[in-house]
Amino acid sequence: MQSIPTLADIVGAGRKVANHGPYPRAEVDANVWQRVTNQLAASQWTLSGLWGDAAAVHMALLDEPAAKMGVVSLACPDGRFPSVAQQHPPAIRLERTIRDLFGLEPENAPDPRPWLDHGRWGVRHPLGTKTMDVEAEPYTFLSAEGESLHQIAVGPVHASIIEPGHFRFHANGEAVVRLEARFGYAHKGVEALMRGADLEHAAKLAGRVCGDSTVAYTVAFARAAEAALGVDVPSRAHWLRALMAELERLANHLGDIGAICNDASFALMQAHCAVLRERVLRASDICFGHRLMRDCVVPGGVALNLKDENIPVLRELLAEIGRRFPALVELYDNTASLQDRTVATGILKPALAQQYGAGGYVGRASGRSFDARRAFPYPPYDRLTFEVPVLQEGDVNARVWIRIHEVKQSMMLIEQILGGLPNGTLRATIPSGAGEGLAIIEGFRGDVLAWLRLDVDGRVARCHLRDPSWFQWPLLESAIEGNIVADFPLCNKSFNCAYSGCDL
Amino acid sequence: MRKLLFQGLVRSPLTEPRPFADDAELIALAAKLDSTARQRLGRSLSLREVDAGSCNGCELEIHALSNAFHDLERFGLKFVASPRHADVLFVTGPVTKNMREALERTYQAMPSPKWVVAVGDCALDGGMFAGSYAVMGGVSTVLPVDLHIKGCPPRPQALLAGLLALIEAPRANINQHTAQVGP
Repeated sequence: MQSIPTLADIVGAGRKVANHGPYPRAEVDANVWQRVTNQLAASQWTLSGLWGDAAAVHMALLDEPAAKMGVVSLACPDGRFPSVAQQHPPAIRLERTIRDLFGLEPENAPDPRPWLDHGRWGVRHPLGTKTMDVEAEPYTFLSAEGESLHQIAVGPVHASIIEPGHFRFHANGEAVVRLEARFGYAHKGVEALMRGADLEHAAKLAGRVCGDSTVAYTVAFARAAEAALGVDVPSRAHWLRALMAELERLANHLGDIGAICNDASFALMQAHCAVLRERVLRASDICFGHRLMRDCVVPGGVALNLKDENIPVLRELLAEIGRRFPALVELYDNTASLQDRTVATGILKPALAQQYGAGGYVGRASGRSFDARRAFPYPPYDRLTFEVPVLQEGDVNARVWIRIHEVKQSMMLIEQILGGLPNGTLRATIPSGAGEGLAIIEGFRGDVLAWLRLDVDGRVARCHLRDPSWFQWPLLESAIEGNIVADFPLCNKSFNCAYSGCDL
Repeated sequence: MRKLLFQGLVRSPLTEPRPFADDAELIALAAKLDSTARQRLGRSLSLREVDAGSCNGCELEIHALSNAFHDLERFGLKFVASPRHADVLFVTGPVTKNMREALERTYQAMPSPKWVVAVGDCALDGGMFAGSYAVMGGVSTVLPVDLHIKGCPPRPQALLAGLLALIEAPRANINQHTAQVGP
């Protein structure tokens, strides 16, 4: 019997690409590509990314127990590659995107429909061999058959203030039989704009992929660039990045906890959580000059310092949340009518969370404990103490509780950061040159992956940013099944997946 | 719950005083609102928001308008679920080609008189995304824009100042106040 290959074996079976850091990348042939697909289908590894390039496809792989990462690349000289999705469904939307943007054809792919391309760009395959003069074609949704089924079409313009996306429900009375999402409405062509951009400009674009995760994205992008060029970032910059990342997590989790309860018509919680969120944003504004801390993280370090006189602002913020938050948690826990809506609603099975490699609170509420801060402890998380909360229930309630626990963890992390913040410079000089870098970091929503190739002038030749929601959105469609239509907003908010982050 | 509600009664409110605009654009806009429209609408406006491909940053700050600090509804301004109930269309994002038709249809569904507010730097001219194959490059390429509120994203105070200019008469002496409006 053939022994199970390790990630190192597989990557070693190909031609190792020099100048790719910090994780290895290898160019492999179709046989090895197929073996990797088999490994994914057998749940040995997790698919962490799949993206196109000029006449090649790349796949990022995660070996969770061994905490190893690697990238395998397959050249596609004739514009085709063996479909991964054929055996491993989490790759479906990623392959549809590769086909839309690059025109590379996944052979025997299970879903031939376009994903981001709605036929409205005036161009097909904008990152590959372009074809002009295209027309919009009708899009066929997956069907559901049976008596008394009806369809409900929602979006892309929604009743509340949220991002654009279309949801197609097949319902039997109130019960959802099938939900299918269609996205791409927020597609801005970020990866095309990245091409040829200098690092400074590209970092700003990365910070505008997903507004609520601007710190996470800029950290991921900066770390990929630093890995590509072998830059040592000053330790104060590492610590300030972590401070911003935890403030971002805190603001988003507080906002989400309130918003989830609001979608169960419990507005009191929303009112109180929104006040705490606003306090985080205001403290961030005072400390870093921007409420969402946009453009504060730059390749090489951080753009601005935390002044000593602003440290009390953050300490007071922690004290205020510490005073107010416990009563809100108690309110959540002791309101039976609210629990009635969140407990046992929208259950995501742990096996699916594992298969899709779902990160963040979606994965952790369904038993998958992966956290990039723990699995690949980038500084300063290697020096900080924190717990990664994990629950097994997988319902809306569990996703709320993961956030509650993470609010507390982030507060403790901010305290540790303020206590241990080293002095020193803020930014290393970035040399100009070629190289490739991969980074995986933990945003509030889950792990963000950034892959970057720089040309000899230090300009971006190819950049791919993979949002955690690529591996969360499809699971929402499973979690909603059998729930009532009226619980969809509640389930959706408990996932709070990114639209713009995935549409790019 | 009773304790939290009681505290709400005895603690002083968090709501802050209104911002004032000294922006020439805002003043000009206020002048554009003729008295007939004003009579019909009174001091109350219903807003409908459409994300035309933003990064979600603008939406976060629009949400913040409803929190206890900014309390949008005290001014008679509220977000409504349907364009058929709306007087003002709030548009964010560079207007992606994939969202163009949905945006136009939302505008067409609104009764007249109606106004369009473009929110954020992308909504002005596409911002960082200008020149992409996938974006139109600003709300004015698709709809007549009455007001643009700048910022990436605009601060809630700047959004509030812009909205107040919409509901106040030109004689409200907006220009006598010196307070700065964001970004």
